[in-house]
Amino acid sequence: MWRYFAPAAAFLALGALFAFALMRIQNGTLDVREIKSPLIGKPAPVFTLPLVTDPSQSFDSRSMAGKTYVVNVWGTWCPACREEHDSLLQLARVTGVPFIGIDWKDDGQLAQQYLGQLGNPYQQVVADAEGRVAIDWGVYGAPETFLVSPAGIVLAKHAGALTAAVWAEKFAPLVTSGGSR
Amino acid sequence: MIATRRWMVLLTALLLSAGAGAIDTEAAFADAARQARYEHLTNELRCLVCQNQTIADSNAGLAGDLRREVKELIAAGKTDDEIRQFLTARYGDFVLYNPPLTARTLLLWAAPALLVLVTVGAAARVIVRRSKAPIDADPEDMV
Repeated sequence: MWRYFAPAAAFLALGALFAFALMRIQNGTLDVREIKSPLIGKPAPVFTLPLVTDPSQSFDSRSMAGKTYVVNVWGTWCPACREEHDSLLQLARVTGVPFIGIDWKDDGQLAQQYLGQLGNPYQQVVADAEGRVAIDWGVYGAPETFLVSPAGIVLAKHAGALTAAVWAEKFAPLVTSGGSR
Repeated sequence: MIATRRWMVLLTALLLSAGAGAIDTEAAFADAARQARYEHLTNELRCLVCQNQTIADSNAGLAGDLRREVKELIAAGKTDDEIRQFLTARYGDFVLYNPPLTARTLLLWAAPALLVLVTVGAAARVIVRRSKAPIDADPEDMV
């Protein structure tokens, strides 16, 4: 008898497993493309890059030592970045945590226009025209957002649009008193 | 006969064209040994944007940046292992198409051997059972 039921039971079990995974993909709790960053818990990569707003000046990430800060990798060519832009503006204002923007493989002119029109959520925004700093951060798509501790340790990473809900769930619990609130 | 030959020609052409999909239009190195290392490495590193392609196969922007990085690291005299370490430190083991044997990947590496064992075991059971059965029995009842 079992020989008739076993295949049916196996089929149903597999079906249930697939349905469960598909549901989690649908409601956003499972991202099959997500790559867990090996940087979490490790020192944040150091970078010095020219400012988007004034390419004659540069920004050194070491100047953020002692503060909790956010690194947001974006580009004007990236639709999901446009999608998260309003959330970024709001989060930067509400949380008081400084946002550092890395404009990834982009046209500086377009980036200035974009920030001029939509508003600039960043305390500093730098241009990574060649994409070298993005590789150091293990970036594989935009937008990607990192949270860095006052000691310079990468606390968390989010790939995809940063919303208030993502902030509350992934980042807010990790922001210590080091963040200027 | 002629039809068979035609198929052979088509098959050969398809096999030879396998290398034509590469994105690089010219060799990265004039030196053959370095070029071989470059091709070997870029063919075993995953493009993280289009996750089922290697960086040698992909025309995504990031794949181009990673090829440039591999090329520069080879030119700087880094070993293959140092280059793999450079990339896994940033992207994790997922960037390697040839993942290392660790506690986490043990099942992945052992799975083929386990499958062979299970299959041979199951086959042996069926064969032994049937060989003991009387000749005129209905084999359908023996499974």
